Formats: sequence, structure tokens, C-alpha cells
Amino acid sequence: MTALLEVADVRVRIAGSAILHGIGFEVPDTGVTALLGRNGVGKTTTVRAVLGLVPCTGRITLAGRDVTGWPTHRIVREGVGYAPEDRGVFTGLTVAENLALAERIPGDADYDTVFALFPELRARSAQRAGTLSGGQQQMVAVARTLLNRNRLVIADEPTKGLAPKVVGEVTDVLARIAERVPLLLVEQNLAVVRRLARHAVVLSAGRVVHTGPVAELVADQDRTRALLGVGGAP
Amino acid sequence: MSTVVLLALTGLGVGALYYLVAAGLSLIFGLMDVVNFAHGALLTGGAYAAWWLAGRLARWGVGGFVLAVLFGAAVGLVLATVVETMLIRPLYQRRQGQLLVTVGLSLALPALATGIWGADPRTSTPPAGLGGTVRVLGAAVPADRFVLIGAAGVVVLALWLFLARTRYGLIVRAGVEDRAMVGALGIDVRRAFTLVFALGGALAGVGGALANLYYGEVDPGQGTSLLIFAFVVVVVGGMRPTTGVVLAAAVIGLVQQFADYYLASGLGDLSLVVVLAAVLLRPDRLVTRTTV
Repeated sequence: MTALLEVADVRVRIAGSAILHGIGFEVPDTGVTALLGRNGVGKTTTVRAVLGLVPCTGRITLAGRDVTGWPTHRIVREGVGYAPEDRGVFTGLTVAENLALAERIPGDADYDTVFALFPELRARSAQRAGTLSGGQQQMVAVARTLLNRNRLVIADEPTKGLAPKVVGEVTDVLARIAERVPLLLVEQNLAVVRRLARHAVVLSAGRVVHTGPVAELVADQDRTRALLGVGGAP
Repeated sequence: MSTVVLLALTGLGVGALYYLVAAGLSLIFGLMDVVNFAHGALLTGGAYAAWWLAGRLARWGVGGFVLAVLFGAAVGLVLATVVETMLIRPLYQRRQGQLLVTVGLSLALPALATGIWGADPRTSTPPAGLGGTVRVLGAAVPADRFVLIGAAGVVVLALWLFLARTRYGLIVRAGVEDRAMVGALGIDVRRAFTLVFALGGALAGVGGALANLYYGEVDPGQGTSLLIFAFVVVVVGGMRPTTGVVLAAAVIGLVQQFADYYLASGLGDLSLVVVLAAVLLRPDRLVTRTTV
């Protein structure tokens, strides 16, 4: 197992405040890696730094290529699918337009997979995305990552704000995605993490404070509670 | 009755001119979040270019005039592309810098025009066929009003097709909502920025060329004067050059003409303050939701 994404000594300052203090971790080229931590510890800033959405120092390597300082569109075109925390759905566009926009090579997009996983999106293709429910918007956000052949998919809190039934559906889809492509998953829902992820990276106050197998982390209830503010096993 | 018809068609003609200027301004502001004070200078560039060529192609009649308008558009496009790539692009993260550059250009380019052609207006003679009047319900309406309205109609249709039917139009519409997310889908937003700025410059050039026809002259301050009204149109109509901006331009042109005639000459401009005040009191603007 080799590292697909390597983050080394990455520091981010926003409006004069240090958000990330030299973090480092690796995402292997298979399975799901969970990026965990309490609210405000820098998880979203970390993925935004990886994607070039915020300026950073340090070194970010994707499949052996140093992508530090690259513009976002170039990093994404290296094969990174991104479903952001706020879903990033264009509410004024239709579902079909939201998907079409994500086609990196027009005509080469994998709509068969998207509509096999989300048949509802085909039926709602002419519907304005702003009129969709939160769960349906999340489907659009995740579907966009499936249209192209990605090396890595980054999903930032994909279950946030969803009803429990929808959380289950989204988790099922993420599990199927993880069979095809490595997934970096930012998630607060420990049940989802337990089900999907093998490897965990835990942040606290802009620093990596733990890396290791998810099973080991959640088996230690005290440690899980201390790091994440929630209970671990059973 | 004939007075009302004349005022209405003149108002719509002036509104069409405002739309041509405001359309580019709203595209640029909507996608790039750049308040382009240089837009009037681009218009001036297009106006002088069209005036220069129209003078040389006068014997070609309407065909020569059409070529002159296209030349004005081309000059606006080239100027805008140069401005965007060399001056605006390095300043996307620096709003104050953008402001200084665009304001500086809005002063420099008219000053350059003054240096070359002088401060006095240069007469722009319309070609035979566009200089007369057309009788409508008893009113003798100058033909240029119909040219302006027709040109604006063509631009409305072309922009609608661009925004609704092309991939770049889709990128522009998405970029107005969330530029960062467009980049996160692997799209180089800077290319869309350059395209939109160039398109805005071309529209400013067309506006300048047709302003020559309406005013019958060209002068270095023409772009700056029209820019003020275009800003009012964008503030009232919104950030997309479609329904809202079309309606706002028409309303402002009509209010201006009717107020000038029925209240007092000069009150037309003042009446726009009332329109702006209405917008401030109704922040949902003239059209709450514009669709492509």
C-alpha cells in the first residue's frame, strides 16, 4: 500500500490567524481515510489547502507530483473529486446543468454509474437544484465526483444535516464509491466512520494529534472521547 | 398621442443604448465581482474607432456603418482583453487595486482620446437610410431609435443563447453563484473571466458606436456619461444581462424621457434618483429572480 496523497508540514494562515500548524499525514491509495476532529480544528481548511482553495506553505504531493501552490482547477484535473461541506450545488442551475458542469472531458462522463446509484437524479434532471431537499443536493454533490475517472475523492461532512434514513443511504453510496476509488472522508458521525474508514487522522487545534487504524481509535473510548468529544466502542 | 409615441420610442431607444452598455458591466460584475469603472473608457475607444472607420466608409451607406459598428466592437474587445490579462488579472484578490486600475483607465483613455482628437465633439453623420424619420401613429420617430432597439434585441437574444446554450455560458452562470466551486470542478475560471471581460468590452464598443448614431457626435467624455446610467441599470436590474437588466434599462430610458418632457428639461436625470430610492426601499430590486 503506497501513499496517494502526502501532506507534509502544511501551514495555513487566514486573516492573520494560524489555522493549521504544520500538519502532516498520508492517504493510502485504497480504502477510506477519515479526517476527524471536533468542530473548528481545521478539517475543512485541510481539504481546502489540499485543493488549493486556500494558500498554504509546506508540501502536498498527489500521486508523486508536488501540487503545492497549483491552482485548484489543475489539482482537480489531476484526478480529484470534491464534495464540499456546504455541498457546493449551484442552486440556480438544474440538476442536469450541475452534472454537466462537472464533466471534465465532455462526452466522456460516466452517467451510467451516476444514474445507477442515484436514479432519482435522472428523474429530476430538469429540476432547479435550489428546490431539492438537502439529501438530494448531497446526491448531486457526490454524483459530480463520480462522473470523471478520479484518483481520489474528498467528501467533506457528506452526512451533515441529513435525516438518519438519508445518512444511511449516503453511507451506502460512499461505501460503493470506496470500492472504486480512494476516499478522504471528513466526518463527525462516528458510526459512519466506523462503517467506512480503515485509517484515521485526527486533528486538534490545527495539529495532527493521532493517526492509525480506526478500529484501534474507537476501541479506546477515553481517547475517542478526548479527541472527538464523542464515545467510541462498542 | 404622437408626442407620447415619440417619447416612448425615444425612451426605449435610449434604454436600448443603456442596455448595451449595462449588459457588459453586469456580466463582468456578476461573474468577476469587478466593478469596472473602465467600462466607459472601453465604450469611448469603440466609439472613436467606429467614428473613424464610418468616416472612411461613408460612401458604403448602411453597410459601411455596420462594418464601423463591428470595428468598434472589435476595438472594445481587444482593449478589454489587454486590460483584463495585463492589469486586472494580477489584482483579483485585491479589490482596492482593481478600483485604482479601473478608475485610472477611466481617466487615462478619455484623456488619450482628447490628446488625439481634441476635447470638442466630432460630428458623426449617419448614413443615408438611418438619418431620417419613420412615421408611427402620427409621430415622426428618428430611425436611429429603431436601430438601437433592434441592436439591443439582437444582443439580448445572443446573450441568452450564450448563457443558456453554451458551456461557457453555463460556467458564467455557475461562476456568478460560486466561483471557487467552479474551480473545484476542474474549470479554469480565469479563462471564463477573460472571455467575459472581452465580451463586455465588445458590448461597450457596440454601445459606443451606436451612441455616435444617437447623439450625432462623439466626444471623449461620452463613455463616462453613459457609464453612470449603465451603473443605475445594473443596480436596479441585477447582475445578469437578461430580464432584469432589460426591464431596468427600458424603465430608466422611459422615465428619463417622459420626466424631461412633462416635468422640466433636465429632470429626467433627477428622476432616476427616485428610481434608485425605490430600489433601496425594495432591496429585492425590480426583478427578484432573473432566469436565463
